[in-house]
Amino acid sequence: CRHEAASVVVSSRSYADFTPEATFDIKKVDLHRLEEGPPLTSTLTREDGLKYYRTMQTIRRMELKADQLYKQKIIRGFCHLYDGQEACAVGIEGGITLSDHLITAYRAHGYTLTRGGTVREIMAELTGRREGIAKGKGGSMHMYTKNFYGGNGIVGAQVPLGAGVALACKYLGTDQLCVSLYGDGAANQGQIFETYNMASLWKLPIIFICENNQYGMGTSVERASASTEYYKRGDFIPGLRVDGMDVLCVREATKFAADHCRSGKGPILMELQTYRYHGHSMSDPGVSYRTREEIQEVRSKSDPISMLKDRMLSNNMASVEELKEIDIEVRKEIEDAAQFATTDPEPPLDDLCSHIYANEKSFEVRGATPWTKLTSHS
Amino acid sequence: ECRLGGSAKRSYSITSCASVFQVNVRDALNQAMDEELERDERVFLLGEEVAQYDGAYKVSRGLWKKYGDKRIIDTPITEMGFAGIAVGAAFAGLRPICEFMTWNFSMQAIDQVINSAAKTYYMSAGFQTVPIVFRGPNGSSAGVAAQHSQCFAAWYGHCPGLKVVSPWNSEDARGLLKAAIRDDNPVVFLENEMMYGVPFELSEEMMHKDFVIPIGKAKVERQGTHITLVSHSRCVGFCLDAAAVLAKEGVECEVVNLRTIRPLDVDTIEASVMKTGNLVTVEGGWPQYGVGAEICARIMEGPAFNYLDAPAVRVTGVDIPMPYAKILEDHSVPQIKDIIFSVKKVLNM
Repeated sequence: CRHEAASVVVSSRSYADFTPEATFDIKKVDLHRLEEGPPLTSTLTREDGLKYYRTMQTIRRMELKADQLYKQKIIRGFCHLYDGQEACAVGIEGGITLSDHLITAYRAHGYTLTRGGTVREIMAELTGRREGIAKGKGGSMHMYTKNFYGGNGIVGAQVPLGAGVALACKYLGTDQLCVSLYGDGAANQGQIFETYNMASLWKLPIIFICENNQYGMGTSVERASASTEYYKRGDFIPGLRVDGMDVLCVREATKFAADHCRSGKGPILMELQTYRYHGHSMSDPGVSYRTREEIQEVRSKSDPISMLKDRMLSNNMASVEELKEIDIEVRKEIEDAAQFATTDPEPPLDDLCSHIYANEKSFEVRGATPWTKLTSHS
Repeated sequence: ECRLGGSAKRSYSITSCASVFQVNVRDALNQAMDEELERDERVFLLGEEVAQYDGAYKVSRGLWKKYGDKRIIDTPITEMGFAGIAVGAAFAGLRPICEFMTWNFSMQAIDQVINSAAKTYYMSAGFQTVPIVFRGPNGSSAGVAAQHSQCFAAWYGHCPGLKVVSPWNSEDARGLLKAAIRDDNPVVFLENEMMYGVPFELSEEMMHKDFVIPIGKAKVERQGTHITLVSHSRCVGFCLDAAAVLAKEGVECEVVNLRTIRPLDVDTIEASVMKTGNLVTVEGGWPQYGVGAEICARIMEGPAFNYLDAPAVRVTGVDIPMPYAKILEDHSVPQIKDIIFSVKKVLNM
């Protein structure tokens, strides 16, 4: 059995054979109102490399499984997939800690994972089951974990919310910061400019991150924005434009941005140039406003997982078999989660009216008819 | 009784040993915020002109001097942005009071109030609380015309996940604002500019720093037997004035002060209607899809219907944008004579 043979090969080769860490050249970052930027090299340990690989692969496979389940109509409603953009979520998390805060928009499954959610509870939320991370009440766009404020459905609204979280960090005297993400489509929202202003005035510890995947739904950046230099749109806010397909670039830039915030200098803005393989959502094939050739080109030349894999293999930081093992483990984790997500029961009807108010005694809720009296529990 | 003017002057009643305080609504709100800011460090106030200007309507007078920049924050004129910031601060464990200079400006930020604040506890299945108070003057004022005179009780009262409170007098203002700030849920607090300067008596008990009025409970301000008048905010005063006039003609009105728009205290309204057999609702807002409409629908659907001797009716603002000229404005809002007229119609007098 080939699998057995592979594991025999892996176990016979000790981990002492692998390079424990290597330093890579990374793309120079474009700067706005900054004298210096993040370093031009990044040192990756074997341990971190394997962790990033596993996490990105998990996001990739989870999103592809969601695609499958959606086509089987087991997932319904909105489903905005993140495959292609994995280096952003994973790289950002590599530059901050779990005691920092993060908020994003609706393309949120990857962040729910990097912020501590499990594949199981994410998938069960997508299928609307009782063990979903939001007990089936939220769905794809409304998943929350500690220090992760969703998952937000209204384009742009999450940015002022993130600044509010940052205000709380400063108010409470912690050295935590908030990462507030938005897309190239959202970047033109008025409330984002309102937030740039207040965050700067009050020196809030916020990292604004524009995940520029080139398209706001079906509208390319050139057709939506008079200026597509999103890293400069913060005007008085220093900005960086970063290769969002390279997890190490993203990590170094995030570390740089985090240092900036934590030193009390106020907000900073990062534009991550990235790409989504899927359309805007599952109801968008994603080829009416861009070419299949373009998608294929990015896949073959800039895939974030391939890039990391090539780096690790060519520097003897991991073996082919080892990475294959990880792939197999990830696949199994996803399969198990999908199995769970399709068999876990839906939420009980008793839960329909719960969670209206916090810390409140139970009260009656009007049902669809005057005779239908339902109860709300906190 | 010796009644002294000014704010919170102690006066002594001849008939009892208890002291009463003359406090106008503005000062009641001010004192409530002051006490809650002192009580809990996580409470802070933000909004336009709340700090160095002492509040556009002086409701936050003195607070910035006492608490400083960290806790009393002047914002730029960017409602959507600062309302979102306030909600985010609530997500992360603070207890913000977000002032809208008037509720008309909340329309700029209404997405943050509804989609970010009201719905989040539900969407997160109880994971994320939003302990925020949005407050400011609501409804008609005097001569401020159409864009500055709208009543938002019905709009916000429509939405599950929000609590919506509409105080009338100083006792209401004080007790309900304290309750709102201590509540772990998003509360829309609808004040009234015309009431800010009106003084009321507050008892010593009401002046206690832990005096709170439960949200979701209406108060019977005046007992009556012939007809129930249900109202909120400034119109409660008009109902009491109308009741005084009607009493001279032998009609005893029971006046119910809603205090809270959502959750609506249907039980108190029903009990009153079942006692009197007649109902008139009175509000400043527009009639269509309004607070009165909801009350009438609930009465139809509940046990009190069988006790009605006549159909319930609503007295409301006129269904037009608010005009400017005084004579027109006066005829755009419910007047005491409209309440008296409606009562007599319902009672077939």
